[in-house]
Amino acid sequence: MNAHLLPTGSPYFTAAETQIPERHTLSVLVDNEPGILARVVGLFTARGYNIDSLTVSETEHEKGLSRITVVTVATPKVLLQIKLQLERLVPVHKVHDLTAEGKALERELALVKVAGTGEHRVETLRLADAFRAQVVDATTESFVFEITGKPSKIDSFIALMVPLGLLEVVRTGLAAISRGPEGM
Amino acid sequence: MAEKMTGAEMVIRALQDQGVEHIFGYPGGAALPIYDAMFQQDKVQHILVRHEQGAGHMAEGYARSTGKPGVVLVTSGPGVTNVVTPLTDALMDSVPLVVISAQVATTLIGSDAFQECDTVGITRSCTKHNYLVKRIEDLPRVLHEAFFVAMSGRPGPVLVDIPKDVQFAMGTYQGPGEVSMHKSYKPHREADIRAIEAAVDLMLKAERPVFYTGGGVINSGPRASERLRELASLTGFPVTSTLMGLGSFPGSDPQWLGMLGMHGTYEANMAMHDCDVMICIGARFDDRITGRIDAFSPASTKIHVDIDPSSISKNVVVDLPIIGDCGWVLEEMVRIWRSKTNESRAEALKPWWKEIESWRAKNSLGFTNSSTIIKPQHAIRRLYEGTKGREVYVTTEVGQHQMWAAQHFPFDLPNRWMTSGGLGTMGYGLPAAIGVQVAHPDALVIDIAGEASVQMTMQEMSTAAQYGLPVKIFILNNERMGMVRQWQDLLHGGRYAHSYSESLPDFVKLAEAYGAHGIRCENPDDLDEAIAEMVNIDKPVLFDCLVEKHENCLPMIPSGKPHNEMILPDFKEDIGDIIDAKGRQLV
Repeated sequence: MNAHLLPTGSPYFTAAETQIPERHTLSVLVDNEPGILARVVGLFTARGYNIDSLTVSETEHEKGLSRITVVTVATPKVLLQIKLQLERLVPVHKVHDLTAEGKALERELALVKVAGTGEHRVETLRLADAFRAQVVDATTESFVFEITGKPSKIDSFIALMVPLGLLEVVRTGLAAISRGPEGM
Repeated sequence: MAEKMTGAEMVIRALQDQGVEHIFGYPGGAALPIYDAMFQQDKVQHILVRHEQGAGHMAEGYARSTGKPGVVLVTSGPGVTNVVTPLTDALMDSVPLVVISAQVATTLIGSDAFQECDTVGITRSCTKHNYLVKRIEDLPRVLHEAFFVAMSGRPGPVLVDIPKDVQFAMGTYQGPGEVSMHKSYKPHREADIRAIEAAVDLMLKAERPVFYTGGGVINSGPRASERLRELASLTGFPVTSTLMGLGSFPGSDPQWLGMLGMHGTYEANMAMHDCDVMICIGARFDDRITGRIDAFSPASTKIHVDIDPSSISKNVVVDLPIIGDCGWVLEEMVRIWRSKTNESRAEALKPWWKEIESWRAKNSLGFTNSSTIIKPQHAIRRLYEGTKGREVYVTTEVGQHQMWAAQHFPFDLPNRWMTSGGLGTMGYGLPAAIGVQVAHPDALVIDIAGEASVQMTMQEMSTAAQYGLPVKIFILNNERMGMVRQWQDLLHGGRYAHSYSESLPDFVKLAEAYGAHGIRCENPDDLDEAIAEMVNIDKPVLFDCLVEKHENCLPMIPSGKPHNEMILPDFKEDIGDIIDAKGRQLV
């Protein structure tokens, strides 16, 4: 009786999804004006796109420009829509799909607080050294490390810190830039 | 020529410099300085509405019938929230609006002040762009930019929120030519000429072509419609259009197939389904048009002309995108076609036209007329006959009457048909008609309405009366929300949950109460005379046309079905058995 309520896939009879979702890093050059971040984030939520990571900061003060780096997971068709919809926003200058344009440099910074005593502290410092994480704060019972690198490197470091007394982590989200002589 | 003035004066001055003659609005505390500045001039005429939603739809009607921006002035808080529906409507239908909203003083923003709301937050997703002007220095630039953004590229609504202290502040005014151009927003009219050449090459080889045109042709201006007519006559291709594009191609032309889509004609939808080359111009493959996407026009090469790159391959993947202004592209298509051939393609297209004629012979807009009850389709056809030869503008509300109007009231000119397509806003037609009448005081402006929709913005009859705007509200009264009722028949076993109108007002007395003229007609024999009475009276009219209560709006592509599985008017089975489980999820 309630057969019509059973989920039957997409109600709009789009062809079965054959495209595989991909993770892409987009770099968005925008006017640094009030509300721009809300516009970009609002676009993603309103149209049902994913945000895996988002980093925003002013990059060219004299020109009033900010760079937004956003990591999203979507099929190629949706990725194109995301790019075109972003470009439609009035304060957006340019959108570059860094992943599509070649191997971009991607870095993230994390601050990692680890608490512990005795043997654990020695092991913690040894691993930090291996990962080139800097000690930026230390007490007799804790360390705060600053680590920079690809997100996967930070993931590994954090995983190793768990049994050694990981207390908390903050991450900046991804910053990315294209390789080679061309700018955006 | 730097002139010193207050922010409020700048608003009025900028409107004058932008050539604005009419503004629709409603005053309130935060907007008082602007109202005071308006009071002291007479270049911009203010139309006082009865509800801000009315102001928004009036501005939409004004804009769509003139090609100029519609301008609205509202106060903070409820003034803004009431205008959200027209903003969304204008965004969906690409209508250029400039909405000036007042805001509480900058020092009060964020304090939950009286009549404060987060205007830019609320309207961010229903405007093309919006601004909160916190400094008087920015005001002249933002005001001029608002008009530029609203009118250029794909048109849309722009809102400028101006706090009360900025309205009072003194500053230096700059004219439209004195402000710097926008840094990032640079829409392009001109398309890639190689893409247009490739399109013409495809068109030259096409054996089963169809032009699928939309509101973009109308938005591009009257020249685009002229070029479309020229291109159609050069190529000999059939033309169909979306609801929004009606009038860009003459409804009386033999190459016209009628509207396409859910309630389009059989010939238009079959031509779309079976074509080999589809030339989409200024339309967006919306779900009302495509029906079932995986079965949409399976064998065609699709060319898509649109000024908005994000419209390309959004719903339907196209083969040849052309990003640019429809008018510009059509002009180039005509030129390139002429440069490539002088010959008529009539012979090559003969089999295609023969097939189209066989679909046409189905007479998909046919209906069984009655001598005792007024059929809604008949009423619209008589309305068309009774107003022929005049300068007629038609607006509609939303529902069955809207689709019947689109099917049975043909247009030969663009900008004559105003309807809420994308958002489907009941209550659009009456205020839109008032906006049209403001722009065209001597024209005959008719709102083809339903008795349910029209009550949503009925209060604007008072505005029509105040300004002596003789709009004709032609209500097809079936005492039902007809389209809802039809879908309940289709999907819900005919259980009419809240889809009938009880306690309807006496529309004749209501008209009189507003100082308008009321007419009631229930006999088909009296219809022509009653329409003549409506047309000839120089007053707003509420025409209560009592029609068949259970008429279904056909033909129809049921939800979840492709174009070639339409329900035609001669359908005899139970309408409730057509749509399957999957289709029931659709709207």
